[in-house]
Amino acid sequence: MHVRQVGDRAAVIDIKGDVTAASEPVLMSAYEQADRQGARRLVLNFRGLEYMNSGGIGMLVTFLIRANRQHQELAAFGLSAHYREIFELTRLDEAITIYDDERSALSDAAS
Amino acid sequence: MTDHAGPPDTPPTERSPRDTGHPAEGDAAATPTRPLPRDAGSWASKVDRLTETRVGAPAANVVGRRLTGPVQGFGKMWRKTYRMNIGAGIAPGRAIATWKEHFAEFWPQTSTFEPSLTGISPGEVALLDVGIGGGARLSTGVFVLYADEVSFTLMTPQGHMFAGWITFSAERAPGSDAHRATQARPTVVQTEVLMRANDPLYELAMALGGHRKEDEFWVRTMTALAKYLGAPPVEVHTRMVCIDPRRQWGNAGAVWHNSMVRTALQAMAAPVTAIAHRRRRARRPRQPDGREPGR
Repeated sequence: MHVRQVGDRAAVIDIKGDVTAASEPVLMSAYEQADRQGARRLVLNFRGLEYMNSGGIGMLVTFLIRANRQHQELAAFGLSAHYREIFELTRLDEAITIYDDERSALSDAAS
Repeated sequence: MTDHAGPPDTPPTERSPRDTGHPAEGDAAATPTRPLPRDAGSWASKVDRLTETRVGAPAANVVGRRLTGPVQGFGKMWRKTYRMNIGAGIAPGRAIATWKEHFAEFWPQTSTFEPSLTGISPGEVALLDVGIGGGARLSTGVFVLYADEVSFTLMTPQGHMFAGWITFSAERAPGSDAHRATQARPTVVQTEVLMRANDPLYELAMALGGHRKEDEFWVRTMTALAKYLGAPPVEVHTRMVCIDPRRQWGNAGAVWHNSMVRTALQAMAAPVTAIAHRRRRARRPRQPDGREPGR
């Protein structure tokens, strides 16, 4: 996973490959990097997502709680129709705002 | 069965596992179009509300309910993990296949689990009747959210004791390269519950022994599985971590759906309901041979 700082307030975490419970150390390390950079809005880029099981969804909940406790907003973009439906099924979309693209996710942060 | 987002004339049993994955009409520009990933057959299709269960089973506390995950719910968020080592002779796939096939049989005798006719497969709904101590019972259900060869996940509906996911999985224990080369690594079987109590009453119940009872429940279930698989005597290791200590007071109104309260009310009302039903039948006009009209 790769972290990109965008402006003063936001960071984009590019997710690649598989997201499972085993991805937790990597994602949390990305979170810590974004947090150190002072991001108030964390944007998950799922364009490179190739596989996600239920353990991966559970790991995203842990990530969400961690961000919320630091009063950071969490957003996502790049989800295929398949993964967007999984976010809706698990009702994760009620806590993580989903955008169509990176520009929308970041422009909302700037406003 | 569930109120799913697919075509209305699609029989539910033919709908799962997930058979979608392409963008809906009109959002092609917004949503990336990609081939279906390899997890596509493992997830249930989207549902709005649970609509029906197997024919004949009482499902008053399931029909019409929405699913609730750990993001919803009221109480503190917990991650509870139960793990056991069943040895190297039992492959993870065999452990999970056995668990899916005989899931109900491993439950403690005080509780029942009624799966749908197709068993543990994505999109199916199972009914539960759980003894929760002091003679109280909880009738509710679970939805099969995800299932693959080495894991499956159940999601709870409104009214269940907790909002969350229960994931059952098995994997080979990690080991060093040298270890891998010389011998098979043992299989570790795990139950992981990621949950919040669904409402203030359940939160209180969990604090007053509910967590302990749940721990006992899963330890007994997993011990029964290990025995069935022919594993040597196992020890189930329990770990409980508070992920979020905050309570979500905005969801306190979920107590309206509380299945524990509703199950008790339904049990109390059962004799009255039966008498009313009998009276209604007695008032109906009879045919000369004593049969009810239309029978």
